[in-house]
Amino acid sequence: MLGPTIDKFAAPKNAYSVACTLSPWFAWISILLFAGGVYGGLFYAPPDYDQGEAYRILYVHVPAAWMSMFVYVVMAGAGACGLIWKVKLMDAVARSCAPLGASFTLLALITGSIWGKPMWGTWWVWDARLTSELILLFLYLGYMALQSSIDDRRTAARAGAILALVGVVNIPIIHFSVEWWNTLHQGPTVTKLDEPSIHVTMLIPLLIMSIAYTTFFITMLMVRLRAEILDQERNTTWVRELVLGGTD
Amino acid sequence: MNEFLHMGGYAAYVWSAYGISLVILITNIILPIRREQALLHDIKKKLQREEHKS
Amino acid sequence: MGAYQAFTALLLRDLKLGFRNMGDLLNPLLFFLMVVTLFPLALGPEKSVLQEHAPAVIWVASLLAASISLDTMFRSDMEDGSLEQILLSPYPDIILVMAKILAHWLMTGAPLTIFALLLSVLLYLPGEAYLPLLGTLLLGTPILSLVGSVAVALTVGLRSGGMLLVLLILPLYMPVLIFAISAVNNAMRGLSVAGEFYFLSGMLILALTLAPFATAYALKIRMG
Repeated sequence: MLGPTIDKFAAPKNAYSVACTLSPWFAWISILLFAGGVYGGLFYAPPDYDQGEAYRILYVHVPAAWMSMFVYVVMAGAGACGLIWKVKLMDAVARSCAPLGASFTLLALITGSIWGKPMWGTWWVWDARLTSELILLFLYLGYMALQSSIDDRRTAARAGAILALVGVVNIPIIHFSVEWWNTLHQGPTVTKLDEPSIHVTMLIPLLIMSIAYTTFFITMLMVRLRAEILDQERNTTWVRELVLGGTD
Repeated sequence: MNEFLHMGGYAAYVWSAYGISLVILITNIILPIRREQALLHDIKKKLQREEHKS
Repeated sequence: MGAYQAFTALLLRDLKLGFRNMGDLLNPLLFFLMVVTLFPLALGPEKSVLQEHAPAVIWVASLLAASISLDTMFRSDMEDGSLEQILLSPYPDIILVMAKILAHWLMTGAPLTIFALLLSVLLYLPGEAYLPLLGTLLLGTPILSLVGSVAVALTVGLRSGGMLLVLLILPLYMPVLIFAISAVNNAMRGLSVAGEFYFLSGMLILALTLAPFATAYALKIRMG
């Protein structure tokens, strides 16, 4: 019962039109959410007792870090679906997740670094979260490098799926071992990017920003999917009609 | 207003953090859109060449 | 021939082929020695400095040597077509993959372990740290071979293969490094190494159960 529905949904032509219809909506939603979140983060939330106004970087840093993890899991999950059920759309989803996830990771690293400077005086601190994010960036870049080294699209997707699954198993191990490593070498000062004790007023913009980042991810995933589908299906009749028919 | 921009002395940090975030997000908007356009253009050109041949 | 006999046959065949080419076996060890030599050159010859960093130097050099020697696991078999034969044979892929991984470890990880103990002398490693170091290497190098085998299977024969392999594998090696160093450092300070060894053992068991499946699957994907 579910099978034919999934097949229909996953058929490239349908997926393409769904992506085209939905992406403008998600784009507008994310713009509104970002506006609300940034307003909340910069205005509505009160300054912190310890960190003053500097803590506001949290509103771009923390959601980015959450997304970097979330997107990797989505990437691995989509890869697994492509591997097990041979759904080509899932291959495209996985491939499209990688640059987005890597961008979120990079964003988390850079904002984390900027946040660290006024707090501890150095541009980089080997604390548990930043080190884990850095290793996550390596995992993303490795995935993208592997996919681009394999010419055949299907093989690249399947190889990538295996790598992503290996990565997903390793991420908890890496997090745990980095925490372990960090507590071993902890100096007298606590080198954690401490979120200040959260008030409700501080929490709301954080949640809004998290949803904003998520809708942004969904929007850009769909945009990338459109290009992936066109590339994959370029020799089919529906793509020919689409390209030659409309001249927008 | 000035106080807002000043961010309690942390202006450089807060604004550069938000600024870089914006740049990264916008890059992630521009690149895929351009890729899609280039792809459509590319496919169109190839199809037109084929039509010419036949 | 049953699965067990096939396993042994493949293992012995790989070992015979491997020992035929002594250069291939000695090069990683030579590389290991050279990397270790870099550190006294970089840090200075003073005993206290070298002793303090000895576990780190030994283990980082081991990681690098292991990464470099992974390449030989499937390459020659892929090049002469025997890899396809192995995968097409009626025996379970996982068994055969495990035979290859074991053979590879016996020719790379095991000699590395022994050699590491010798090189530790050059870095003034204190007596009480030798046994823990041996322990971490005995648990760690198989993990490196097992996890590495997945990456080799994914990248075998690609033109960017060698560099890509190292880039894929190093992040996955970092937890092993962390726990191994922690154990040896603890031993040097007279503290307990139990926790670290539990985690290393756990990681080894996880690698033993999951890696062969992933490697076999990856080989099938790459071989088409």
